[in-house]
Amino acid sequence: MARITAGVATSHVPAIGAALDNGKAGEPYWQPVFAGYEASKAWIAAEKPDVVILVYNDHASAFSLELIPTFAIGCAEEFAPADEGWGPRPVPVVKGHPELAWHLAEKLILDEFDMTIVNKMDVDHGLTVPLSLLFGQPEAWPCRVIPLAVNVVQYPPPTGNRCLNLGKAIRRAVESFPEDLKVVVFGTGGMSHQLQGPRAGLINREFDNAFLDRLIDDPAEQAKVPHIDYVREAGSEGIELVMWLVMRGALDEHVKVAHRFYHVPASNTAVGHLILENAG
Amino acid sequence: MTENPFDDIPGTTLFDSRKSRLGFHLNQFCMSLMKAGNREAFKADERAYLDQWKMSEAQKQAVLDRDWNGMLALGGNIYFTSKIAATDGLSFRQIAATMSGVSEDEYAEMMLQGGRSIEGVRSRKDLL
Repeated sequence: MARITAGVATSHVPAIGAALDNGKAGEPYWQPVFAGYEASKAWIAAEKPDVVILVYNDHASAFSLELIPTFAIGCAEEFAPADEGWGPRPVPVVKGHPELAWHLAEKLILDEFDMTIVNKMDVDHGLTVPLSLLFGQPEAWPCRVIPLAVNVVQYPPPTGNRCLNLGKAIRRAVESFPEDLKVVVFGTGGMSHQLQGPRAGLINREFDNAFLDRLIDDPAEQAKVPHIDYVREAGSEGIELVMWLVMRGALDEHVKVAHRFYHVPASNTAVGHLILENAG
Repeated sequence: MTENPFDDIPGTTLFDSRKSRLGFHLNQFCMSLMKAGNREAFKADERAYLDQWKMSEAQKQAVLDRDWNGMLALGGNIYFTSKIAATDGLSFRQIAATMSGVSEDEYAEMMLQGGRSIEGVRSRKDLL
């Protein structure tokens, strides 16, 4: 039986990818960011997941306004890094796990989560930056990846509660897959940031750290927080944090915090990162 | 039109159905800049390139003027309008500085000092 062993939450700031790709990771500005992921790289090297289900949002790369799926699951054999205007990131092609992805799509839809099935999709920094942060710069990614894209660009995104419940449904679906696979779920995006308008540059440490606390200890309460609180307190793009609730929903009620990290700034954004292990 | 509670958040444009309908063609134009050939065509003659899109004159002028806040007001979404910035070779930080009315150095310094404080910018009532 496949099983979910742990969850990873991380921001997916594009400038982090650019810093790595351009050899700037050792610079004083970036060094503290990457230092926060050293323990994570060791952790995932020991954890050795077979599959990562990576919850992220597309940033007008694969999806324009022509088609806006609320939840989309990548069922393809592979996913190429997207050209976001500067050429694709020089990172390996992402290998999918079509068998598990299709199983998830079928189970989730019958469990009343109406997923959009995607058979061809390029993946942007939302997906590749978290892989770089956890796996570094390998020749090939060391595990299969199932992209799970959430709309957070066009208002309204799914509610926090819907995201938490999707996570629970993902767990049920994974546990009904017969092959013995070790699965880790990533929830990405956030933390507080606003990229637009006169309030650009907003950071809210207090909100971010309260979010981290509640995500760990009381996700059901965090899931009740309405969108306007995220937009007001964490900035227009801080609403990406609802995606972390998908990851949390896929874990046990009680979790052990294997790693926690918070840093400001990375470009325009507060970087937050958690590794949570199931604890019953 | 009913009052939208998000309108109370200062300096922030919610990309909702109103904005999405208003900005569809503007954002479609931005999407076209994902292709290198289109970026070249746009740079060669911006006006002629914009005239191929069903955008309002105000939207076209906002693009020509690189009026980043104006584009947001006219339905542009930041993930789309930032493709114009990428075409211009501008970073996100540069346009964020412009949108918030400060120099790039001032903006960068603000971020290094922990970013823009939430105090005083939660609600339009804070600004009174």
